[in-house]
Amino acid sequence: MDIVVCVKRVPATDTAIKVAADGKSFDTTGVKFELNAYDEYALEQALRIKEQQNAGSVTVVTLGPKAAEKELRDALARGADQAVLLSTDQWVVDSWACAQALAAWIKTVKCDLVLCGKQAVDADNNQLPSRLAAMLGFGCVTEVAKLALENGTFTAERDIEGAREVLTCKTPAVLSCNKGLNEPRYANLKGIMAAKKKPFTETPAQLPAAAMTVTSLELPKPRAAGKILGTGIDAVSALVAALRNEAKVL
Amino acid sequence: MSNIVVVAEVRAGKLKRPSLEAVAAGLQLAASTGGKVIAIALGNGLDAVGQELANSGAHQVVLVDSPSLANFSGDGYARIVTDRCKQHDAAAVLMAHTAMGKDLLPRVAAHLDAGLVTDVVAVACNGGTFTAQKPVFAGKALLNVQANKKPFLATLRPNNFQPVSGSGGAVEKVATDAGSLLAVVKELIAVASDKVPLQEAKVVVAGGRGLKEPQHFKMIEDLAAAFGPGVAAVGATRAVVDAGWRSHSEQVGQTGKVVSPTLYFAIGISGACQHLAGMRTARTIVAINQDADAPIFKVADYGIVGDAFEIVPALTKAIAEVTASK
Ligand SMILES: Cc1cc2nc3c(=O)[nH]c(=O)nc-3n(C[C@H](O)[C@H](O)[C@H](O)COP(=O)(O)OP(=O)(O)OC[C@H]3O[C@@H](n4cnc5c(N)ncnc54)[C@H](O)[C@@H]3O)c2cc1C
Ligand SMILES: Nc1ncnc2c1ncn2[C@@H]1O[C@H](COP(=O)(O)O)[C@@H](O)[C@H]1O
Repeated sequence: MDIVVCVKRVPATDTAIKVAADGKSFDTTGVKFELNAYDEYALEQALRIKEQQNAGSVTVVTLGPKAAEKELRDALARGADQAVLLSTDQWVVDSWACAQALAAWIKTVKCDLVLCGKQAVDADNNQLPSRLAAMLGFGCVTEVAKLALENGTFTAERDIEGAREVLTCKTPAVLSCNKGLNEPRYANLKGIMAAKKKPFTETPAQLPAAAMTVTSLELPKPRAAGKILGTGIDAVSALVAALRNEAKVL
Repeated sequence: MSNIVVVAEVRAGKLKRPSLEAVAAGLQLAASTGGKVIAIALGNGLDAVGQELANSGAHQVVLVDSPSLANFSGDGYARIVTDRCKQHDAAAVLMAHTAMGKDLLPRVAAHLDAGLVTDVVAVACNGGTFTAQKPVFAGKALLNVQANKKPFLATLRPNNFQPVSGSGGAVEKVATDAGSLLAVVKELIAVASDKVPLQEAKVVVAGGRGLKEPQHFKMIEDLAAAFGPGVAAVGATRAVVDAGWRSHSEQVGQTGKVVSPTLYFAIGISGACQHLAGMRTARTIVAINQDADAPIFKVADYGIVGDAFEIVPALTKAIAEVTASK
């Protein structure tokens, strides 16, 4: 099975976000970037499928800045066979435009399966995978938490509100991966050395003008300072009274 | 035309409440576009759902009723919704940001070759231009966007728009089949049916590593139960999910669920930024922690400093009394 894994370089989750001078993007000064956490599950799943089948290929692709070479090299070191960087200087938040560029590229390669994370934790769009599937005419299951593959058919489980959905899906497919699907491996020294010799391609991304224009990025109003009602069980009655009479939530 | 199409969510024959919130948001947009709000529901046996939608303020209700639509199917539903959007000449399409909405609307957006803003907390239409606001970076910032392409699509964060009531929406039934499907739901495994789903609960009682051992979550479950049936759900931090004490479906935060309940209890939870990402928009936050300097107290409306093992049972008793007196 030839697998494409879509990954994104995003700020580390503990980054304190500051608005940039343009008022529309975030200030990248001093920000540490990393592979989007959900994409690690996607990459791991791709490697496991290839190992299980002892055949096929794993290609990682990102549409992002040149600096994303670091995350792609890391993916190669973990075991991906080749990496493709569709480079752009923009912070890509518009899923319509991003999907146009990615789908166009996917159509140029041999691919039975596209694996994605469920969400890129910068813009938190949570829409690229099923958008891609519809554009490619592939089957699709989103937010997969458990996956099995038998005779070219996937059985995938995902959590919905109050239940777990079990689906079957044939290839070609797009699957988006949730936490819990697997335990991602890290690169070892051997992998890091091997990665240096693996194919790495960089081409400028063909991004159309966005469907949505960002007008501004702002920080949420901080929550008003709360009250410490006391220590120990003596404070319980004060809490219940506050919830009833002041917050009016009881 | 400037119609607003609202895709209602039906699960097991029941209309989900966030759909009514989406109708309300649709009405707000329709007031500036001058169009109608058309609510569309897909499923099997939709008569009661149709009644409910007709009383939700929607001007028109379309029920796509077929046994083949009893279970959700991303590709099947997307084709039907896309056709309806074209038929009603939708200027905007709204749906709740739920497991179904997140899966379905991006597909509809692709078929309509349109933009989509997800997890929206505010929408508006000025002079024919749609704008939306959405949290990004797990709620650490808010992004304001303006649509350049038509139609405008959005999924709306639950518990953010107030449902309204109205009556007189005309109900129309159409018989359309799901067609051949690429991915098929084989089974729905219900989690205990007496439990409220985490994202729909009015009250969330969450516990963290401060509870020390998995069996002590009984204390958290008891506090949740004290609110009466169907009110409160149990949440957890990643620390206790990773330790295997609780299932990932209960995790609140950046790599878990985002909840906006009326009341949130953080018990034995330090308040790491990735946890705050999942609950900072709760209306009222209560923290119980033995460390007076725990960061959770910076976002909590009310705090008690002390040992959860003493405080929580006393609080459970007090809440049960309030619940009983109602
Ligand atoms: C990429 C990434 C994603 C993440 N995503 C999430 C996420 O989605 N959700 C999430 O929750 N975390 C997430 N985290 C983890 C997060 O950084 C914290 O590690 C985690 O939230 C801590 O959980 P905790 O508060 O239960 O534990 P701790 O930080 O250990 O806090 C325990 C608290 O309990 C208090 N305590 C101890 N004993 C008692 C007692 N007897 N009574 C009262 N209080 C007591 C302590 O004072 C302390 O404040 C993520 C981290 C990363 C790197
Ligand atoms: N710029 C990008 N390049 C490659 N893959 C992406 C990009 N943006 C999103 N993805 C993939 O799509 C998933 C969902 O992203 P999103 O819909 O943007 O939240 C991510 O987890 C990635 O797998």
